[in-house]
Amino acid sequence: MESVGSIILYVIVALAMVTFSVLAVTTRKILRAATYLLFTLFAAAALYFMLGYEFLGAVQIAVYAGGIVVLFVFSILLTSKPGDNSEKLASKSKTLGLVAALAMFCTAGYAMVARFMNFVTLPEHADPDMNLIGETLMGTAQGQYLLPFEAISVLLLACIIGGVVIARKH
Amino acid sequence: MNITLIYWLIPSLIMFCCGVYGFITRKNMIAMLISLELMLNAVDINFVLFNRYLFPGQMEGMFFTLFAIAIAAAETALAIAIIINIFRSIKTVDVQGIDKMKF
Amino acid sequence: MDITIPALILCLPLFMFLLLGIAGCKMSHKLAGWLGCLGMGTCLVLSYFTAFTYYFDPQFVAENGERIQHTVFNLTWLQFTDNLTINLGFLLDPISALMLVVITTISFMVHLYSLGYMEGEKGFQRYYAFLSLFSFSMLGLVVATNIFQMYIFWELVGASSYLLIGFYYTKHSAVSASKKAFIVTRFADLGFLIGILVLSYYTKTFDFIKMTSDPSWVLASTEGATFMGASVLTWALVLIFTGGMGKSAMMPLHIWLPDAMEGPTPVSALIHAATMVVAGVYLVARMFPVYMMEGAATMFIVVVGAATAFYAAMVACTQVDIKRVLAFSTISQIAFMMVSLGVASLGNGEVSHHGLGYMASMFHMFTHAMFKALLFLGAGALIHAVHSNDYTAMGGLRKYMPITHWTFLIGCLAIAGIPPFSGFFSKDEILSACYAWSPYIGMWMSMVAALTAFYMFRLYFLIFWWNNPDYGHHKPHEAPLPMAIPLVVLAAVSCVAGFIPFGHFVTWDRMPYDIHLDWTIAGTSIVVAVCAIALAWKMYCKENGLPAKFKNALPALWDWCYHRFYWDELYMFITHKIIFNGICRPIAWFDRHIIDGTMDAFATVTNKASYAIRGLQSGQVQMYVWVYLIGALLLAGFGVLCLIM
Repeated sequence: MESVGSIILYVIVALAMVTFSVLAVTTRKILRAATYLLFTLFAAAALYFMLGYEFLGAVQIAVYAGGIVVLFVFSILLTSKPGDNSEKLASKSKTLGLVAALAMFCTAGYAMVARFMNFVTLPEHADPDMNLIGETLMGTAQGQYLLPFEAISVLLLACIIGGVVIARKH
Repeated sequence: MNITLIYWLIPSLIMFCCGVYGFITRKNMIAMLISLELMLNAVDINFVLFNRYLFPGQMEGMFFTLFAIAIAAAETALAIAIIINIFRSIKTVDVQGIDKMKF
Repeated sequence: MDITIPALILCLPLFMFLLLGIAGCKMSHKLAGWLGCLGMGTCLVLSYFTAFTYYFDPQFVAENGERIQHTVFNLTWLQFTDNLTINLGFLLDPISALMLVVITTISFMVHLYSLGYMEGEKGFQRYYAFLSLFSFSMLGLVVATNIFQMYIFWELVGASSYLLIGFYYTKHSAVSASKKAFIVTRFADLGFLIGILVLSYYTKTFDFIKMTSDPSWVLASTEGATFMGASVLTWALVLIFTGGMGKSAMMPLHIWLPDAMEGPTPVSALIHAATMVVAGVYLVARMFPVYMMEGAATMFIVVVGAATAFYAAMVACTQVDIKRVLAFSTISQIAFMMVSLGVASLGNGEVSHHGLGYMASMFHMFTHAMFKALLFLGAGALIHAVHSNDYTAMGGLRKYMPITHWTFLIGCLAIAGIPPFSGFFSKDEILSACYAWSPYIGMWMSMVAALTAFYMFRLYFLIFWWNNPDYGHHKPHEAPLPMAIPLVVLAAVSCVAGFIPFGHFVTWDRMPYDIHLDWTIAGTSIVVAVCAIALAWKMYCKENGLPAKFKNALPALWDWCYHRFYWDELYMFITHKIIFNGICRPIAWFDRHIIDGTMDAFATVTNKASYAIRGLQSGQVQMYVWVYLIGALLLAGFGVLCLIM
């Protein structure tokens, strides 16, 4: 049995997640869409904190909210004038989108409900501490992640170079 | 009342479906990218959830999410570079304006 | 014998071919012509040296007086199994030495003659290059140590003959003649190749010496194997002879030779009279001991030869084109040699005419090469003078062209068999051999000999006597010096060649053999020949109505002879009407409509379908995503359904 506080917290986080997601894709002002995305990401970070993954939550806020959303805002400011509204959606494309989204929802929802309705509760477990995370990330033993870490670093380097090449003036 | 796995999965699914809807309907490429981020985020949440609920002693889901965030950051940066480049040459970010590849 | 000179004999013409073929277009006509003559002249000297060494050096004669077969070199070219290899080599024996002399002599004469005849022609250098190629291939053919080497060079002479017949490739008739020659001989060569393969399959060898030194072993190796009622050896030998039939223009594969006269006249003299066309005779002579073991195949040779000899002689009596007359005469004379070889090998047991026929055949091959080349070169001089191939444009030419006249007369006397010219001796030996085997074949060949005398003198009188047409101010002129010299040389050879004691040089068992003139046969044939010449004189000496009367008396016979017994029409009918219509057209229809049609249908359907669905490629990314998503969801739904079921 959960405490009332955690239930209230759950309701707030889940609601925020759903609401801001819906708003992010329905608003006609692009800058607002980016803002709603930011709130959704915060909600996800809150979820990570609730589950005990503080490090992940921190990364989520730092990289996603701090980095990516700022990128979005910059690019929006570069490509559109403030106050621009996107034109109203044609009903045809709206229908198509709705059909796709609902079909997705039904299929995946059915699968989830069929598989996880047997009330998997949160097992008691100590949160992973920073030492463990650091060792796992930097270790070379089995189940440790130095190699993917290196691969990611190379990928990021490639992205930086690619970004520079693409975006620079000819 | 217990907050079981399904209680978290449903909001994450709704988030994903919003991403799908937005990706298909929005004309602005940056808005499409935002929808993409929503979908990615929903997947991240699922990784973490499954890790914590079903395999609490392990860290695979968490690290997958970690790497996914890193890759998403890279991908977004690159995509935005491309979008800005397109904007520079055809003065629009409307995805329907880019149909040079059609038959 | 040292390897250098034989190797040079082969390499020199090949080198001249490459030189003139590659660098010829940068040379002047004169330089190219004299280079060709120089090369051939050197080759001539070397060949004479080789032949003289072979015939007169005692080291090539064994203890018992037999001339040995000397393999100068023999390089392995392709190795199939341990004992089945294809070699390239140089075999020196009486007939190959003889052929070396004949080929280089005629070839050199033709080279020299062409300097005058081909003067100013377009492609002069090309012409000399091809002549060198031909000389190389022919020399390679006669010195072959094994049957496969012979086959390779056999094809090479065919190819160079094709090139030379089609020398005037802007002329339609020349092109079709060269194609005809190539296709007909190819057809025959297919038989040759199959024969070689069959024979070598059973005997496990290609080598001539191995096969001919002990032919009973060849017979033993094919013992018991039969095919369609005849033994395998018979089949193999008949098939090999088929190749010889094609090259030597035996009936029914003779149709290419008259048309081959479209080539330049010196080429006709070299290839289609003196050297290449006797390759079939040479082949049979080379395999003679093997043929001797096999009566059925030899019988075939005799029958084909006798029929061809008579047929060609009949046709030659009516032709208008002087080169055609000579061509049919060539066919007839080669048939003489074939018959001679055939009767020689059939005479098992009776030694008296055994070697006679073989020797006579080779002798006739030698003398015929000389006088027929002479006649062709003479005809070339005539054509050069009056610019026409038909005797109707000639007449009374003896006054204008004395050298050509006298040399041509010598050639005619030689081929008619009047002593002391060379043809008399060789033909008499052939007739003796025929009578010795069977009087019937002897009488038959005597009749052909009479016909020979008749048609040659008909030609002679029609060209040099008959009437005196008005040549206008375009008086025929005597042949220039480069053309006159070969005529005189060959005429001289034709006068004296009959006195060569040929039996001492070339016999089938390579033992010396004394020729005895059988005066009953010789006397008869002289009388017959003189009668035939007298008849020709009566009919054609002065312009009169006798030939026309004769023609009207026997219109059907004349017509058949004039149209060469409709052989060409028969071939035309078979190829065009039956094969083209019956086989080729249906196949072509099937190819065009069924096979191509199927492929076209695939292409059309693909094309149409892609046009129909290209609208799907809208360029709209979101549409693609939607389709992709729905597809993925359908798959997932299907999977879920499967799980539930």
